[in-house]
Amino acid sequence: MSAENGMSRRVLLAKIGLFVNGVIGVALGVPIIGYLLSPVIREKKAGYDSWLSLGELTKFPVGETRLATYRNPVVTSWDGQTGDIACWVRNIDGQSFQVFAINCAHLGCPVRWFAQSSLFLCPCHGGAYYQDGSRASGPPERGLFQYQYKIEDGKLCIKAGEMPTPGQPVAKNAGGKPTCA
Amino acid sequence: MRLIEQVGAWFEMRLGLGKPIRESATHPVPRNTASWFYVFGSAALTVFILQIVTGILLALIYVPSAGEAWNSLQTLNHTIALGWFIRALHGWGSSFMVAIVLIHMVQVFLFGAYKFPRELTWIVGVFLLLVTLGMAFTGQVLRFDQDAYWGLGIGASITSRIPVIGPWAVKLMLGGPIIAGATLSRFFALHVFVVPGLLIAFVGVHLLMVLKLGINEWPMPGRVVHRATYLEEYHELTHKDGVAFVPYAVWKDIVFSAFILLAIAFCSVYFGPFGPGGQPDPTIIQTAPRPDFFFLWLYALLSFLPPSAETPILLIAPAIGIVVLLALPFVAGEGEKSWRRRPIAVLTILLVAVALGTLTHLGGGAPWSPVMDAWSSLPIPSQYLVGRSALERRGALVFQVKQCHNCHSLGEQGGKRGPALDRVALRLNEDQLIRQVIQGGGNMPAYGKNLSPAETTALVAFLKTLHPVQQAPAHDASRAVALGAGEATPRP
Repeated sequence: MSAENGMSRRVLLAKIGLFVNGVIGVALGVPIIGYLLSPVIREKKAGYDSWLSLGELTKFPVGETRLATYRNPVVTSWDGQTGDIACWVRNIDGQSFQVFAINCAHLGCPVRWFAQSSLFLCPCHGGAYYQDGSRASGPPERGLFQYQYKIEDGKLCIKAGEMPTPGQPVAKNAGGKPTCA
Repeated sequence: MRLIEQVGAWFEMRLGLGKPIRESATHPVPRNTASWFYVFGSAALTVFILQIVTGILLALIYVPSAGEAWNSLQTLNHTIALGWFIRALHGWGSSFMVAIVLIHMVQVFLFGAYKFPRELTWIVGVFLLLVTLGMAFTGQVLRFDQDAYWGLGIGASITSRIPVIGPWAVKLMLGGPIIAGATLSRFFALHVFVVPGLLIAFVGVHLLMVLKLGINEWPMPGRVVHRATYLEEYHELTHKDGVAFVPYAVWKDIVFSAFILLAIAFCSVYFGPFGPGGQPDPTIIQTAPRPDFFFLWLYALLSFLPPSAETPILLIAPAIGIVVLLALPFVAGEGEKSWRRRPIAVLTILLVAVALGTLTHLGGGAPWSPVMDAWSSLPIPSQYLVGRSALERRGALVFQVKQCHNCHSLGEQGGKRGPALDRVALRLNEDQLIRQVIQGGGNMPAYGKNLSPAETTALVAFLKTLHPVQQAPAHDASRAVALGAGEATPRP
């Protein structure tokens, strides 16, 4: 056996070794990519939103806009207070409602309701909205984000679970129970 | 002494590091680079080491859990001995590091250090700037308070505007549908493992190239860089008129680093640690989120961009900026190094500095943000109420109750979102005032639906009194004619 042949056999063995490592790497790597993308994959499968209750209708007097809070449907035990989300509920006439996300449509800061002037004002860049959520002035390009709502057993229910952003004002897929009771 | 020498020799025989370290330390550098202008890179490295040490100390106590992080920061501040000081050192260290990295960058840019053969050193330096800013942002998130929470919301809102993949990118960034436990965990992993790993690797490559290619010589007007001749000229410079880096140049680095460490320690003792602010509870909405110092300019920019241009500028401008920085050594790899012969370079630095400085200054005051409690906490100055009629005072009350004060200032107090109203009666006559209040416009909401006719009348009566005593208020000269009173009376 020539030295050259001996070298090439070792090179071949090294290449086979590298190939086996490569196969193992891919076999491990692909599921790990899935692990990294799990926040997106989960949304595509089940969705993050579900119907949840904001409480009795009596909490929301006719003609007024009140702050309501709910526990996000998708939470872990270590989320602490961050799992509690606020929203604004406007009772228009006792029958029809509007439920606005707390997040300004500009950059997501928490808007505040001023009942005396019937305006929502944002503390960050001064976005302002009228009582029906439509844009009044400032940098936002649109009105406030709104949740779907329905009334069940005298309770106000909204479909929520995901932070609304300018790129995705409402969640695409709904999961969870079809009811909030 | 002999024992130390023997132990040293024992290690040297096995490690063999002595010679390369001695060679690196005493390598010749051009004589005039032993200058106070050449100390910023080493100072940045010193502060980085301080950040590593204080960061590890903080990690001994800090809990990267959305439910507990804020409490663990309080424990650090108030219960653990010197915990507040370690937090302060880390916080002030980050501000100093961003500042020194920027100064270092300006210095090497003005000294033409990015030209042949140090193009790659510059490019790695650009990445170092980016990861330093990445450390600053992720670190601000770990101080998990209200500002961190809503800052993440701003980050998510910007990310969501990326075409097509925006919503997915938001979920990847937050680790789920909302800002919560998974979000803090991944920012902890980024701030403690991923970004520092990159930073250490980039610093290593950056330093290696400084040693291999030699420090940039002091630029002389007229000494032009040519690829063909530069290496030879530099070799001549270092060997004919060079000095050993240790100790001729290094003492200035050491003294300046010590000065910076002292300054950080002084700020830490005098000003204390940064926050944490209010609890990261999204149901507490009485908050006005502000970013840390080094992102105030961006905060300001976001309020001034016209809505339609905001998304494209936010997404494209940073990419263009980075490409320009990366392309710089390839576009201008040869030629004059001296700032005396590079007026455009100097003007660029001045322009960027003035722009960033102005935006940062504005970001500190945030005149575009309404003062959310002005209507209930800031009174109308008494000189605007003395001697006024009942109707006018009633209007002043409407001004407060309808939150006008949140956006409009009187006597320097109140919001600056809209124009100050101390002299508004000089600018607008009665009809114009009514129209502006009812219909809004010019970035003001319309109040037509929220004011009764009586309230509007009172409010406008009050606004009509807002003018200096010596100057007559604006009035409609044609009004008298239109109302059939004959010729208009001349203004007094």
